[in-house]
Amino acid sequence: MAQVHFSAGLRDLTGGLAQVEIEATTVRRLVAALEEKFPGIGERLSDASSVAINGEIFTDAEYEPVDSDSEVHFLDIFQGG
Amino acid sequence: MAITEENPGYKWVGTRPIRPDGLEKVTGKAQFGADLMLPGMLFGKVVRSPHAHARIVSIDTTAAEAMVGVKAVITGSDFPDLAANGAHASDIDVANNAIAREKVLYEGHVVAAVAATTRDQAEAAAKAVEVTYEILPHVLTVDEAMAEGAPLLHEGMITKGVDPAPEEPSNVASKILHERGDLDQGFGEADVVVEREFTTKPVHQGYIEPHAAVADANSDGRAHIWCSSQGHFQMRAYSATVLGVSPGTLKVTAAEIGGGFGGKTVIYLEPLAVRLSQRAGRPVKLVMDRDEVFRATGPTSGTRIRVKMGVSQDGKITAAEVWMAYEAGAYSGSPVGAAGMTAIACYDIPNFVVEGYDVVCNKPRVAAYRAPGAPMAAFAVESVLDDLARDIGMDPIDIRLANAAVEGTQASYGPKFPRIGFVETLEAIKDHPNYTADLGPNQGRGVAAGFWFNAGMMSSATVHINENGTATVVTGSPDIGGSRQSMALMAAEELGIPYESIKAVVADTETVGFNDVTGGSRVTLATGAAVVDACRLIVEDLRARAAKTWDVEVDQVEWVDGQAQHVDGSQPPLSLSDLAAKSGRTGGPISANASLNSRGVGAGFSTQLCDVEVDPETGVTRVVRYLTAQDAGRAISPDYVEGQMQGGVVQGIGWALNEEYIHDQDGVMENPSFLDYRIPVASDLPMIDCAIVEVPNPAHPYGVRGVGEVGIVPPMAAVGNAINDAIDVRMTDLPMSPVRILEALTEQSD
Amino acid sequence: MARTHITAVVNGDETEFLAEDGTSLLNALRDEVGLTGAKEGCGTGDCGACSVMIDEKVTTSCLVFAPEVQGATILTVEGLADSGELHPLQQCFLEGAALQCGICTPGFLIAAKALLDKNPDPTETEIRYALAGNLCRCTGYDKIVRAVQEAAREMRGQ
Repeated sequence: MAQVHFSAGLRDLTGGLAQVEIEATTVRRLVAALEEKFPGIGERLSDASSVAINGEIFTDAEYEPVDSDSEVHFLDIFQGG
Repeated sequence: MAITEENPGYKWVGTRPIRPDGLEKVTGKAQFGADLMLPGMLFGKVVRSPHAHARIVSIDTTAAEAMVGVKAVITGSDFPDLAANGAHASDIDVANNAIAREKVLYEGHVVAAVAATTRDQAEAAAKAVEVTYEILPHVLTVDEAMAEGAPLLHEGMITKGVDPAPEEPSNVASKILHERGDLDQGFGEADVVVEREFTTKPVHQGYIEPHAAVADANSDGRAHIWCSSQGHFQMRAYSATVLGVSPGTLKVTAAEIGGGFGGKTVIYLEPLAVRLSQRAGRPVKLVMDRDEVFRATGPTSGTRIRVKMGVSQDGKITAAEVWMAYEAGAYSGSPVGAAGMTAIACYDIPNFVVEGYDVVCNKPRVAAYRAPGAPMAAFAVESVLDDLARDIGMDPIDIRLANAAVEGTQASYGPKFPRIGFVETLEAIKDHPNYTADLGPNQGRGVAAGFWFNAGMMSSATVHINENGTATVVTGSPDIGGSRQSMALMAAEELGIPYESIKAVVADTETVGFNDVTGGSRVTLATGAAVVDACRLIVEDLRARAAKTWDVEVDQVEWVDGQAQHVDGSQPPLSLSDLAAKSGRTGGPISANASLNSRGVGAGFSTQLCDVEVDPETGVTRVVRYLTAQDAGRAISPDYVEGQMQGGVVQGIGWALNEEYIHDQDGVMENPSFLDYRIPVASDLPMIDCAIVEVPNPAHPYGVRGVGEVGIVPPMAAVGNAINDAIDVRMTDLPMSPVRILEALTEQSD
Repeated sequence: MARTHITAVVNGDETEFLAEDGTSLLNALRDEVGLTGAKEGCGTGDCGACSVMIDEKVTTSCLVFAPEVQGATILTVEGLADSGELHPLQQCFLEGAALQCGICTPGFLIAAKALLDKNPDPTETEIRYALAGNLCRCTGYDKIVRAVQEAAREMRGQ
């Protein structure tokens, strides 16, 4: 099961949980599973601009594969200059 | 020169040839935004609000329209009402910032624009547009905007990220929060705790070229825009949104860009020029003057930041607590999110809380500026860390080494770091002769470090092999600091032909696939990877063509030094020019496209060492020696890597010592010129010594990380720490101007 | 408005153009003569991007009215190269990567030429002060100063 970590700013939607384990094969499916568990989180996560999977940051990660070893972090929006 | 890795024996990557676009730029031929003249072209002028916050009661354009030479006058009502159309909130903000509708939110906010046959006529007509305002109370700083009962910019703004959501609107657009461990326990374990509060002022990107756009609209709805920007595809998208048209109706050609630093990722003039051109039936040129650039574009946020950190006697940071509020200007979207993620990212800290607020106020909407958000947070954190090192008697490099993030460290913003080169930048400083150079009277030395993510995003490239075996490399990434050279160097390396045989060009939005902005330090990484991919497709094609020529299987053909060779040497080699000359027989023109959404961004770190001399009589601080060490991953083009490092440092020195927006009590900017907003000049500075560190990014074909931004993160703290070393005064407010230094010295002697 | 007829030697050629009395030399050169090498960065004489030489003196052309140059000799960046052969300063700026975006480069080349015409062997400090009226936001001036030093060496035949 993929390890999903929530920044403190998201924990109002997870009942304070900092981390959950989710069975999913892509980030899209992972977000869908999270939405079932924590209604409303899907929209907030889609506002986040990037996702880190095992330390690698993706701008549009929707179809990126995840597996049982994956560590997933959703990051706040940031812009480059 | 590679400091940490063996040179892998590249032929072109890492060399210092002349840039492909250099000749045009030293002879005055290069066409920048304001240089284009079209037959029948009109000159435009924008009408701007003189008030910081006001309701637009009415706009009367009759007098302006009746003036000699005036061909068009437009106002907000000439653009679609995106809010009524149910558009995304961020698009509505872009449109309302381009031209105000009901309210003006800052001095300089656009309310109308005119086009006329001469500049003078356009200026006179702009003055004749009569706008009636109902002036509203305004807020200029985070303190004013967050105060109880503050006037609101946006009546419906409910703070995001707060649980439970507030019921009342405020000027706080959002809150961000990062937490780990137990703060009380962490501070309990500390031997020394330092807590300080810092402020920084808005500063402008300060590009020397003002914004400029020319638009030529056709009666069928199509339009051609020429503009100076960091991303002409982005300008096309924003213009289409504001105008309410399909992006495909707009063609955007990238003029040469005279500096941007993040400030030209934003749209200002382009949709206005298109609408004026449509109304007038003639091409229209809009160019800002410097005053407009200061009043209405950029800057980056002013901030208030509190930092509390604790260390144990052995130099381990046990806890950090950071509170920060960033000005967003007129619309939400300050870089406080990035500030929260970068503030303590250099270090492995077990217990922390980082809390931040995005706050709107009646100043121009902030635009990205080189590592947006990170420099102010680093000024605060690196200043406190310097105090902690002094308190426990530890060397400033050693305390950073003791806490440095390394591969596998759980970054403060979440994920574990892959291979990074922070430690190597610290060591490069320590090993440099500047670290132990003698200091004179009133001189001091300061160290500071910084982190920036760098970005990937989307890029496209096309490579054409010309009939004589030379190559044209086409991308859609505006070249703001030498990126054509990086593209050509990587293509030369891949194709095995001389750098001089390659022409690297930046094409318009109809000639090459989509490219995201030139920003986020991403072009050499992402557009470079697209160029490498396209070149590799070309090489595969060339091998197949050689195999066809020799009537052998393709696996019998290798591509070595720009020629096809049979693996057993049984055929005379075929050079790229041989294959190009006969391309008609082997399948037609040789050309390849590659497009990607880049992965494998490599984080950037910089450590800097600054020596200053402070004149205790005048309070003037002079930088007398400066060294910057930065992990480039791989320096494809060392000349321009150094250029980015040096440029970032000097912008940071300006931010540290001189630069600030000054507003009067009515919210009117008082220093909108280069005379009164003083950026560093040659006589203010020493040479800026560079140590390029190369810890390759394992996810890029050449190890590139991106170098454009992180160099501006450490300088304010490096200068402040050096001032503290020189005169034993901790400066907590930017800029550290002579007046402030004198005040601090007086306070110290009292 | 009435336009004045102006005759001046621009980059070696006798040149005639018309300009209104209030038009800056910079706008006249760019709009009437078609020389867009000099740039407007500020319009107030603070940035040096519009620098040209008028009768061998470096001047910010945004602060000169066009009619003032009647009969004068003007050099812009377009006139620096001699029959296609680059001036040593241009060559050294290229070889030393002394430009990034390039918007300030024409002004720096003119200001540096004015310095070297008078002082063929300037110190680093003299170079920095001679260029202090020209703003560059990209380079931090390091490579510009080095390029001027190198050009000076070459022009002295060293």
